[in-house]
Amino acid sequence: MLEQSPPLVSLRGVEKRFSNGTVALRGLDLDLRRGGFVSLLGPSGCGKSTALRLIAGLGAPSAGRVDWGSAQPPLSFVFQEPTLMPWRSVAGNVRLPLQMQGMSKANAMPLVMKALAGVGLAGFEKHYPRQLSGGMKMRVSIARALVTRPALLLMDEPFAALDEITRSRLNDDILALWAAQGLTVAFVTHSVFESVFLSDRILVMAARPGRVVADIAIDAPYPRDDSFRNSDAYAHYCRIVSAALKEAMAAHDTI
Amino acid sequence: MTRSRLLAILLPLAFGVFVLGGWEFLVRAAGIPVYVLPGPLTIAAKLVEDWASLAESLLVTLRITGLALAAAVIGGGGLAILFAQSKWIEASLFPYAVILQVTPIVAIAPLILIYVRDTEMALLICAWLVAFFPILSNTTLGLNSVDHNFVDLMQLYRAKRWQILWYLRLPGAMPYFLGGLRIAGGLSLIGAVVAEFTAGTAAGGSGLAYRILESSYRLDIPRMYAALVLLSATGILIFGVFAALSWLVLHRWHESATRREQ
Ligand SMILES: Nc1ncnc2c1ncn2[C@@H]1O[C@H](COP(=O)(O)OP(=O)(O)OP(=O)(O)O)[C@@H](O)[C@H]1O
Ligand SMILES: [Mg+2]
Repeated sequence: MLEQSPPLVSLRGVEKRFSNGTVALRGLDLDLRRGGFVSLLGPSGCGKSTALRLIAGLGAPSAGRVDWGSAQPPLSFVFQEPTLMPWRSVAGNVRLPLQMQGMSKANAMPLVMKALAGVGLAGFEKHYPRQLSGGMKMRVSIARALVTRPALLLMDEPFAALDEITRSRLNDDILALWAAQGLTVAFVTHSVFESVFLSDRILVMAARPGRVVADIAIDAPYPRDDSFRNSDAYAHYCRIVSAALKEAMAAHDTI
Repeated sequence: MTRSRLLAILLPLAFGVFVLGGWEFLVRAAGIPVYVLPGPLTIAAKLVEDWASLAESLLVTLRITGLALAAAVIGGGGLAILFAQSKWIEASLFPYAVILQVTPIVAIAPLILIYVRDTEMALLICAWLVAFFPILSNTTLGLNSVDHNFVDLMQLYRAKRWQILWYLRLPGAMPYFLGGLRIAGGLSLIGAVVAEFTAGTAAGGSGLAYRILESSYRLDIPRMYAALVLLSATGILIFGVFAALSWLVLHRWHESATRREQ
């Protein structure tokens, strides 16, 4: 695939060392192409969440640079946990980012309703997070991320806690949103299958220290649906990515 | 209402009736004179007979307790919010709050009564001193206990300081604050009573503690008990009010106020 436009954001030689001395990332190079769908895949603890947080500006890198082409575009973050405020209703949680922008309730509510309907939670506005299942909480969190219509969506294993059916439905939904809104998505996952289905690019990371060890393009056309899931190309890519992941996991075992 | 809830109300009631009945019976059967131990009926009669003066004293005590508690909420809550703004302010001031707390109020009360001429003001200060610490320490803990993920979230939204305080820290601290309030409610009553005892009858007080002192000088034991009953009732009332308030604020979201689904 040709790289015509400059990347939306590029990380160069990024290192992250925590105050307790843990080096989560070292020498991380990573580009997010405008409009791309990139998955970060790697073993637990390899620094995927840390990389995503650095892109979002949560914490500064200890070394290296995070360069935005022009200005940082509006971005949303879906955390690994739902992170819903327990004292706010579902609608109140989804409205929070709009409220922080100073949008009035009257203007915000239609957007909130639309976002909730988009994740299949119409009718749950008045519920409180404690009344929802784990998967429903995660969907509220996704609705909250989408309600601001971000240009860049950072998702940290958003579907890890969901059942297969909900998960594949949300996978379809995310792809539809991505295509419709011209989003750029960076998606962290443990699942080879999920990453192949969703992404146009997969970055495989290895641990200790966290870095990118393989950059695999998934050259299958969008829109992707069940027929892609059953195709030979899909199986082929899954094998390639699995092999790369295995290699990445071996890489830190030898250190 | 379920059987178990009915029992939860009936059993303590039955026990209370049993104890009071036993007490009354003992007093009568043994012929204990009223100036040694009055029976519950005598006490009740005294309560009715002296209601005018006792109710007046009750109001005085209630007012001091309420004002002290209000001042404690404003002082303790305000200081906690100030602490939440900066670790340095907290580090500089918190030790002094602790010193105020650990010094027994009975020991400070005479000094306060000397320096503050207005008796009511002095009582108020004493009650405030004991009530404000639980609110301060609980609210401070609550404001500092917010989940870091929420702080990250607010940072992503570019929320301003006041927004983080108003939309995140304050609601998150609410269960802690309400817990502090429940303790402080009882303590402010104790503070008011202790101060009134210290002030004694000379200062011309008129609260319930003063009534108890006065009655003891006159060996009017039933009246001592009557005032005591009113004090206990006040304490129970305060506790009940704050328990209800707690439930009202928290029942939709906080684990402490929601029933565990079986
Ligand atoms: N706040 C922190 N303080 C110290 N060390 C941390 C902190 N956060 C993460 N780490 C360490 O950094 C490394 C990378 O963590 P990170 O959360 O980025 O991993 P991850 O790839 O997202 O893992 P998972 O797939 O399990 O979520 C881990 O070794 C972890 O122990
Ligand atoms: Mg993670």
